[in-house]
Amino acid sequence: MPDRPAIWNFLLGRLSLSSLPLDNMIVIWTFVGVALGGAVVLGAITYYRQWGYLWNEWFTSVDHKKLGVMYMVLGTVMLLRGFADALLMRSQQAVAFGSNMGYLPPHHYDQIFSAHGAIMIFFVAMPYIAGFMNFVMPLQIGARDVAFPFLNNFSFWLTVSGVVLFMTSLFVGDFSHAGWLGMPPVSELRQSPGPGVDYYIWGLQLSGLGTLLTGINFVVTVLKMRAPGMTLMKMPMFTWTTLCTSGLIVVTFPILTATLFLLSLDRYIGTHFFTTGFGGNVMMYVNLIWVWGHPEVYILILPMFGLYSEIVPTFSGKRLFGYSSMVYATASIMLLSYLVWLHHFFTMGSGADVNSFFALTTMMISIPTGVKIFNWLFTMYRGRVHFTVPMLWTMGFLITFPIGGMTGVMLAVAPADFLLHNSLFLVAHFHNVIIGGVVFGVFAGINYWFPKAFGFKLDEFWGKLSFWFWQIGFWVAFSPLYVLGLMGVTRRLSHFTDPSLQIWFIIAAFGAFLILLGILSFVMQIYVSIRRRDELAVGNDPWGARTLEWSTSSPPPPYNFAFIPRVHDRDAWTDMKKHGYQRPLEGFNDIHMPKNSGAGVLLAALGTIFGFAMVWYIWWLAAVSFVALIACAIAHTFNYDRDTHISAQEVARFEQHTGNWEPKAQGATA
Amino acid sequence: MNTIAVNTAHSEPRDFLCLEETHPHNGTLLGFWLYLMSDCFIFAALFACNAVLGTSYAGGPSAHDLFDLPGLALNTALLLVSSVTFGFAMLEMARQRKRAMLGWLAVSGLLAACFVGLEIHEFMTMIAAGAGPGRSAFLSSFFTLVGTHGLHVTVGVIWLVVLMVQLGKHGFTEANRRRLMCLSMFWHFLDLVWVGVFSYVYLVGVLR
Amino acid sequence: MSVKRLRGLLLFPPALMLSGCNLVLLHPAGDVARQQSDLMIASVILMCLIIVPVLIATAVIAWRYRAANKNAEYDPEWDHSTQLELVVWAAPLLIIIVLGAMTWIGTHQLDPYRSLTRIEAGQPVPADVKPLEVEVVSLNWKWLFFYPQYGIATVNELAAPVNTPIHFKLTSTETMNAFFVPSLAGMIYTMPGMETVLNAVINKPGDFDGFSSNYSGHGFTDMRFRFHGLSPQDFSRWVAGVRADGSDLDTAVFDRLNQPSRAEPVHHYARFDADLFHRILNQCVDPGQMCMDKMMAIDAGGHAARGNSTEDAMSGAPSMTAPAHDAATH
Repeated sequence: MPDRPAIWNFLLGRLSLSSLPLDNMIVIWTFVGVALGGAVVLGAITYYRQWGYLWNEWFTSVDHKKLGVMYMVLGTVMLLRGFADALLMRSQQAVAFGSNMGYLPPHHYDQIFSAHGAIMIFFVAMPYIAGFMNFVMPLQIGARDVAFPFLNNFSFWLTVSGVVLFMTSLFVGDFSHAGWLGMPPVSELRQSPGPGVDYYIWGLQLSGLGTLLTGINFVVTVLKMRAPGMTLMKMPMFTWTTLCTSGLIVVTFPILTATLFLLSLDRYIGTHFFTTGFGGNVMMYVNLIWVWGHPEVYILILPMFGLYSEIVPTFSGKRLFGYSSMVYATASIMLLSYLVWLHHFFTMGSGADVNSFFALTTMMISIPTGVKIFNWLFTMYRGRVHFTVPMLWTMGFLITFPIGGMTGVMLAVAPADFLLHNSLFLVAHFHNVIIGGVVFGVFAGINYWFPKAFGFKLDEFWGKLSFWFWQIGFWVAFSPLYVLGLMGVTRRLSHFTDPSLQIWFIIAAFGAFLILLGILSFVMQIYVSIRRRDELAVGNDPWGARTLEWSTSSPPPPYNFAFIPRVHDRDAWTDMKKHGYQRPLEGFNDIHMPKNSGAGVLLAALGTIFGFAMVWYIWWLAAVSFVALIACAIAHTFNYDRDTHISAQEVARFEQHTGNWEPKAQGATA
Repeated sequence: MNTIAVNTAHSEPRDFLCLEETHPHNGTLLGFWLYLMSDCFIFAALFACNAVLGTSYAGGPSAHDLFDLPGLALNTALLLVSSVTFGFAMLEMARQRKRAMLGWLAVSGLLAACFVGLEIHEFMTMIAAGAGPGRSAFLSSFFTLVGTHGLHVTVGVIWLVVLMVQLGKHGFTEANRRRLMCLSMFWHFLDLVWVGVFSYVYLVGVLR
Repeated sequence: MSVKRLRGLLLFPPALMLSGCNLVLLHPAGDVARQQSDLMIASVILMCLIIVPVLIATAVIAWRYRAANKNAEYDPEWDHSTQLELVVWAAPLLIIIVLGAMTWIGTHQLDPYRSLTRIEAGQPVPADVKPLEVEVVSLNWKWLFFYPQYGIATVNELAAPVNTPIHFKLTSTETMNAFFVPSLAGMIYTMPGMETVLNAVINKPGDFDGFSSNYSGHGFTDMRFRFHGLSPQDFSRWVAGVRADGSDLDTAVFDRLNQPSRAEPVHHYARFDADLFHRILNQCVDPGQMCMDKMMAIDAGGHAARGNSTEDAMSGAPSMTAPAHDAATH
């Protein structure tokens, strides 16, 4: 506690002026930039009087499509933050040789790599997949919304709460320096007395709860709300992977919650779960966190596998090859992912039998993954492959991901892992699968479903530019890390002595710069497309796609489908088109829809305040916000009036306007 | 409305739309059950910690020194009986008898509140005797596991009170019946966890 | 295709640049690392049997079935072939079976806990050779090495005679680190209150890099040491040198050493208490602290023993400091 009158310590906990990093120019300039940018955005919203619109149509919306879009925006904003961290690290490592210590002292560098990892996984990749699942899955199964629309809104705002705490740590206090998994003993109070690890814990607890609720929501949605006729084995692959990923979320995120809870008990009330001494056992944390952490990477990649399984058939003009193989492969990846966590610490001395077991289970995952790759190839085989932007990203994935898979199996060979563990080879490997698998998938998906969400396509030129910068930039940035790994260089170092390594780090930094151009091209692509939206406008089914989301309007109406579809075939929309289906323009019914609610925003805001108060030991505020949280949650249950109706006239108006709408000839290129 | 399924040269006409509004099954019970399963994993993690740390007394008091099994038997009985009385309340709900149901709910709530009270008393006694959660890893895991269960029971009691108010105000609406079914699952789930806590943490703890 | 050429192919950047740098993991100077490296290369070759054809097929299929090529066969309904699906499941399965068998054997043979059976390929450990014992402690942020057979200790400098098995026992005072000399053998974690073991041998004389490869806080970057592989004569000379210029390592000196520091210079010690490593391992260097092995003996005694005097409980139980080996397999 700072040295000042007790009343201040009561009111502000350990928060004081010295918590602001006023001595760090990088942070100050970042703050100035963020503050200016934020002021411009907020000012513009105020000037154009958009607050009411944003609040009524977006923030309080329980519409899965709008939540999906908000998740994507959140993921993109945080991608910029996480990538800024990456640039800082790459440039530090490129210059910090010999007598040059670089521009980041270790205590700052350590926070940056911790923040980079945590943000990229929790607040970039997770929002992106949650965004896709939200937007696409209910449309694919022919539902009007998810099973628990309010919960869906609440989940989103909990994720935002985590983001707010993480971003606050940049300017008030500092962030954890214990790596993206917050490993003790470094994350214990003794070595991290500051607020950094607490920001990490509370940020993840809030967003983790949101993710768990999303998982439950989607499992129920898929199991209970499919259109009539859509049996499990007629579900589109993306829906299958959503189901498997959501199932994985339900069984793994509680472990994360429990583990971080135990760590916070160690830090707040002095228990001895992971401490040195008093019987604490640090290996337990390592085990528990990876019991969550390994399935987590499959939570990220499975929906992307589903997404590729939609894109490849669409642009090959052909049914997906080996559908049931794909389903079984997905399911077996899901099950196996729970049995491999120990491969993250073969070198902890677990003994040969244990290591061999986990090495074998890990290698087994490559079998269903390999099957998937083959099936995508056979889907293209005897097809008519159109190399649109989404398909380009998919091709990039098909070339990049197998290499990452191979280096992954190398790491699974336990004796080899003794050499490669914690090395830059490992860093290159997981970026190879996460960028090559997840990030490429995200961009493929954005380019693929954007016309569905907004009614116009994304600009092709900037899309291709973005693809090539990313693709080339990825290899330029990470091949040197593979090489450095084989030279025995390990991760998380902020300074080097051996000058022969420098050239590799410079190449890697150049690669990161190329990726920056890729990201900027993507931003440009969005901007240009919005400017040219009238030219780029498309009809409801611009790609000649195969699943139900393309049977409704672009953008879909709030109720998704005027009539719930009946499904007869796996490629339900192709089936409908083949039989000459025309959308009806009359005879509509009143449609029953959930009402918007501001309760999710309020609850999440209270959660954020609670988290902030806990981080800074402001006990009175923590107590007040916690009680308010419970009270609001209870008050919310007294609101029984949660539904609304869209009248048949309104539906008719919309359907007659957009039902079979096609853009004028010059813009329509399918 | 006969323009929907258009016959083409391909095959039989197919019926592609549901012309009547259908109401999908309500997924709340399944969703709540999934939540309970996820909660199960939280407890699984805490049980695992107890299994690892259960004998790390750090030279401090052991399970044998601390646990008062007769007091615990009373505690267990309270919780199990509250589960039975909750079952009676559900039966009364099926018979649409509001007053009787509220009575049984109140009894269940009281029993659970007594359980929580006894547990707090047990914790206080232990802490006063210098066996708090910071004394050893064993005690950390004990307090956390048992305390987490106790916290769940407390939440259950608060929920019960809220639901009694809502049932009193609105009666057996569909939403209220659904909520009561969820609470019922929660109540029995906590009982089940307690059986695990009682037999593993307490009984096995004393024996080892 | 020779292993060397394959390597060049696999490491994507130009082979020219590679020839200029030292890929230590591919030709290490110690036999254990050598075997680990061989297994790594073998796994790459094995996987290339499937990865390379897949990558080629991807390119070929994408080109041949491009939309512009109207000559290619087009069969939009073709979505299943039992034979093909058998092949796509069987091919990776076969590779994984072979690789799994290699891994199983390799993991057991190269278990760091297992005593060495050979110095080099074709050269078993002679029966009369006693391994060099080294006790390793990772501190914040430096390495302390004890040589109990020679009564010397060093900080941030390690030496061993070539072609002699080395038996490391490792622990840590506070943080988790990993002891890694890439030329010598794969890494192993060091953890407070726990002892891990590493068996290794260095086959070529030389001056090698050693460091911590597991992030442990702000000073982690500088947690490096030199590892000297020396001929037996040079090693004796080195030991004599340490004895000559070494000072005392008593509790006070150790406490000072245990304070966090970065880029600690090399220190030599010629005198220390014989049980210092044991006390570090059991977290009882300060006289006031109870050693963990004693504490665990008391705990393990359970209620039966706890009724008696502490003395009895202790004498009845052997040293119980948990090797990571056991604890991790819980």
